[in-house]
Amino acid sequence: MATQHSRSAARLMMAPAVILLLGWMLVPLSMTVLFSFKKYLPMRGGDLGWVGFDNYVRFVSSSAFWPSVQATLLIVGGVLLITVVLGVVLALLLDQPMWGQGIVRILVIAPFFVMPTVSALVWKNMFMDPVNGLLAHVWKFFGAAPVEWLSQASMQSIILIVSWQWLPFATLILLTAVQSLDSEQLEAAEMDGAPVFKRFWYIILPHLARAITVVVLIQTIFLLSIFAEIFVTTQGSFGTKTLTYLIFQRVLESQNVGLGSAGGVYAIILANIVAIFLMRIVGKNLDA
Amino acid sequence: MARAVTNQRKTINTILAWAVGLLIFFPILWTILTSFKTEAQAISDPPVFLFFDWTLENYAVVQERSNYMRFLWNSVLIAGGSTLLGVIIAVPAAWSMAFVPSKRTKDILLWMLSTKMLPAVGVLYPIYLIFIKFGILDSRIGLIIVLMLINLPIIIWMLYTYFKEIPGEILEAARMDGATLKEEILYVLTPMAIPGIASTILLNFILAWNEAFWTLNLTAAKAAPLTAFIASYSSPEGLFYAKLSAASTMAIAPILILGWFSQKQLVRGLTFGAVK
Repeated sequence: MATQHSRSAARLMMAPAVILLLGWMLVPLSMTVLFSFKKYLPMRGGDLGWVGFDNYVRFVSSSAFWPSVQATLLIVGGVLLITVVLGVVLALLLDQPMWGQGIVRILVIAPFFVMPTVSALVWKNMFMDPVNGLLAHVWKFFGAAPVEWLSQASMQSIILIVSWQWLPFATLILLTAVQSLDSEQLEAAEMDGAPVFKRFWYIILPHLARAITVVVLIQTIFLLSIFAEIFVTTQGSFGTKTLTYLIFQRVLESQNVGLGSAGGVYAIILANIVAIFLMRIVGKNLDA
Repeated sequence: MARAVTNQRKTINTILAWAVGLLIFFPILWTILTSFKTEAQAISDPPVFLFFDWTLENYAVVQERSNYMRFLWNSVLIAGGSTLLGVIIAVPAAWSMAFVPSKRTKDILLWMLSTKMLPAVGVLYPIYLIFIKFGILDSRIGLIIVLMLINLPIIIWMLYTYFKEIPGEILEAARMDGATLKEEILYVLTPMAIPGIASTILLNFILAWNEAFWTLNLTAAKAAPLTAFIASYSSPEGLFYAKLSAASTMAIAPILILGWFSQKQLVRGLTFGAVK
């Protein structure tokens, strides 16, 4: 039973975490908002005064903006599609009885633990290099001309690398959901003569709906801000400049902090729209 | 009625699953294999898989030439420090929310989670400025603080879901038996909480080890951890496949091993309890 005394003790115990997170959120965020209304060029004169919504307008009307939105959506959408579809298939496969299930599980999960710079570099050099990469050897073996992956098929390459990193995450969560499926229901459907496809569509998929939603939302938040994979491979060239990378370039490479900050505010708003949906689901689960 | 599984079906499942598993694992396997080749064998045409002269030379070279130990030590200190600091701050908070919940507990938890959603690039320059101002750019302590803050919501959430599972009746029983608050925490709660705290530490150590936005943008020569060290190989003069593979293998091996231990906790930790 919570007494008055234990309540104030509880507040005290929570204080450090709350204060730190509040500071972490408010201080940099308000600085970003502040900078976004200024002409601020650290290398060329510093703070050059207020400019109202100029940066917001300029960020959106720059020729790099729409391609970056397009690149972002393509990467997020492509990776989501691949990881969710393959994740469901893999989860159903791994749930089947087999020999060495534990080892297969470990093999499938492994890419998730590889640091992003390593996976980007390994894919870039050892697989996608047009001369020495393994894929080039495979292409040559079949008599095809090797592809310059990161320039000719840059978008597909990045989507492949990022999907490889995130497929384990989707698989693992969907597998957890598959395992909680009531097998009696499936057996009943099977005995009633429901074909495989119908069993999947009417029983398994609805059961997985929540897990799929969670995978989509969490991945979207992380995928919106992927950085290392592009930094190491294409540096934003060949049409792979995402919104995150564009902002990074504006802020640190061209040192136009005002403009970059306006972009940052757009990115924050975008992430928040996704976050609201995720919070609803998580919040509902807290009540249960 | 248990479903009868024919051996034939089990065999097909096994072959399929192993094929897919090996395909997914292959890039890692290939990296590990290449790390034992000579540079000439690493780029030989056609590529060699297993039948080459295994050598440890690359590991020796990487260690000698690039101060590998320093980057490794930075990674250990940054990931370990940020995780421990985070847990020290999070345990009391998660504890009080789990055992003395108030009407606002749920809102606070959700708000904490929302700070995790803040895109890093949106606050890159402010953090950069603050780091310069306090003289902690390219320092381990700076990264420890930042990584602690970005992982703090996950740490609190994981601990909260673990603490929630400790039955309150046990505490009441201990109190009835005359245990003081100190005894209650020390002898009743702590033993039950240790597995949860351990898995929280494990997962967050992994997340901090692999973090590759702040570690790339806030370090240069001094405090760079393995993520940044590996990224430096992307320049053309660093292009030696066997050495790149050796460096990569060393960077991911400890985490692969830790990760295999933590796979059960992974789902809970990464979905904030939304999938169990």
